Amino acid sequence: MHELGIVFHCIKQVNEIAAENNVTRVNSVTVEIGEVSTVIPYYFEDCWNWAVKKETVLKDAKIVIEQIKAVTHCEDCGKDYPTVEHGKTCPHCGSGNTYLLTGNEILIKQIEAY
Amino acid sequence: MSEVKIIEVKRSMLDDNDKDADALRKELRERGVFLLNLMSSPGSGKTTTLIRTINALKDKIKIAVMEADIDSDVDAKKIAKETGVHSIQLHTGGMCHLDAEMTRQGIKALGGDAELVILENVGNLVCPAEFDTGASKNCMILSVPEGDDKPLKYPLMFSVCDLVLVNKIDVAPYFDFDMEACERNVKSRNKNAKVIPICAKTGDGIDKFAQWILSEIQAWKENK
Repeated sequence: MHELGIVFHCIKQVNEIAAENNVTRVNSVTVEIGEVSTVIPYYFEDCWNWAVKKETVLKDAKIVIEQIKAVTHCEDCGKDYPTVEHGKTCPHCGSGNTYLLTGNEILIKQIEAY
Repeated sequence: MSEVKIIEVKRSMLDDNDKDADALRKELRERGVFLLNLMSSPGSGKTTTLIRTINALKDKIKIAVMEADIDSDVDAKKIAKETGVHSIQLHTGGMCHLDAEMTRQGIKALGGDAELVILENVGNLVCPAEFDTGASKNCMILSVPEGDDKPLKYPLMFSVCDLVLVNKIDVAPYFDFDMEACERNVKSRNKNAKVIPICAKTGDGIDKFAQWILSEIQAWKENK
């Protein structure tokens, strides 16, 4: 439910980057969203489509969402495993001494512009 | 038509907010204002906890409060009435959290010379954790009826908090709330987080929270 707030921050930064690069029209923005980032891709897309209509440089900008798989690393057995299925407990050795490697991202990857 | 240009960015969408929050933290340090960001679910007892805590601290330190809600000013009025400290209401206009810029506007609107500003964030365990407000320290309240498993369900909130207050401990027996399991769950998300059990209604544990605030302010001042 915080997708709209994140979209506003994203638009603000893309506008700044566009200005720095003397871009007059943005075609598309590619973002990377981690599986456990708490950002829901289709909400994000809806918020984006609504918010860019009020923009100028970004008016027709499409959003391209790439999802990043969540992977957790176990410090005790050294193995990696998928976070969504197993959470904080390592399925290989049962340890809770684990940390997230990837999956928390909410990144602006690239901008395609004229 | 001109050529299509690909601009590689690789930057967090919240990068601007993170920078803005760092800038605000610096400004507040220069002015000697310690900002405490208080987060929790709706109904966990933030306002009651604040009233008790402010009354315990207001003779020792100058306090002001910013209440953030989607609508209404009941909290700000209640704080002003029950504690006498300067308190303002921020309306987020439907937004489920405050970001650094909204916090800056609030600080500006607040004015005055408070040394401790407490921000009561919008009641929500998800969104406020994403947005750095520029606070010196983050604190959250988990109330007993919500359950001891909340740290497992809302990992980010517990990982950004320096302190977790467990409120409504007087009703723990009615809710099968396991304090040890709760602490274990908090530590699994954030081993540096401190846990203080309180009961805002009876005042139990409020002295410990007040002491925590004072010692954090002291450490913050010495850390210049």
